[in-house]
Amino acid sequence: MTIVRSGDVAVLIGSAGLVIALAVHAWGGGQGDTAVIRAAGQVVETVSLASRQAYTVNGPLGPTRIEIEPGRARVAEDPSPRQLCVRQGWLTRSGEAALCLPNQVSLEIRGRDPAYDTLGY
Amino acid sequence: MTRSAIELHVDADDRRIARLTALAIGLTLAEAALPSPIPGVKPGLANIVVLLVLLQHGWRTAAWVSGLRVLAGGLLLGTLFAPGFWLSAAGALASLLVLALARHLPGRYFGPVSLSVLAAFGHIGGQLALAGAWLLPGVALITLLPVFAAAALLFGAINGVVVARLLDRPGADATLTQQS
Repeated sequence: MTIVRSGDVAVLIGSAGLVIALAVHAWGGGQGDTAVIRAAGQVVETVSLASRQAYTVNGPLGPTRIEIEPGRARVAEDPSPRQLCVRQGWLTRSGEAALCLPNQVSLEIRGRDPAYDTLGY
Repeated sequence: MTRSAIELHVDADDRRIARLTALAIGLTLAEAALPSPIPGVKPGLANIVVLLVLLQHGWRTAAWVSGLRVLAGGLLLGTLFAPGFWLSAAGALASLLVLALARHLPGRYFGPVSLSVLAAFGHIGGQLALAGAWLLPGVALITLLPVFAAAALLFGAINGVVVARLLDRPGADATLTQQS
């Protein structure tokens, strides 16, 4: 008898598929559907990621411009010197966040099931 | 000398179960000494013995070996009736149930590798079901599920190949059975 038979191959492939499906299901992360914009820790706007919009939030350094598009959001412009939050680009998944610390503005994506209760940076 | 009031009849089947269980316990202890990167992820070497017993002596003997292995392993590792013991027992029970069904698969197509992988999935299924229901209710065990499933697939396949190779050798029947 051979070591690995045809049915074994089927079982192995099926199991590998199951593992991948589980991984995608468990770790895929929820698609975000809401953007939460904060300035100095206070929520200034909670926007649904449904239509194309732009918001401008004023921080200590100047205006931060946030763009919302269907299914995603980003910090488009910010006066921070290192531009970290701008370079993060588009955020799509629940739990993702872009923080413009010098200007005290943050953009966070939320989904139906929040990935975390709270995040400390 | 007073004769013992209780007399235990030990037949060949009992001796075989005891011998094979000892083998499985040995592997359990050896495995407990291996460091594991993630708690709970183990190769499950004792399952090699259980599967060999299943294929050579049937399900009943395999169930005895598996059950005694869990009990004696708990005694020797000091985890008897601790949560880890119950997890082990739940896993062993679930994998035995899976094997009870899976061994009726046509052997021409489904060899030890299939049985081993299915039993390994049964094992983690039983363990995680108990863990989710009793030990860690509410904790998102689903996040860990892919890790355990991947480990089950990997180690199940390896153990299955080991079993298949052991059975494939000439004179394989003699190795475990007549070695007394």
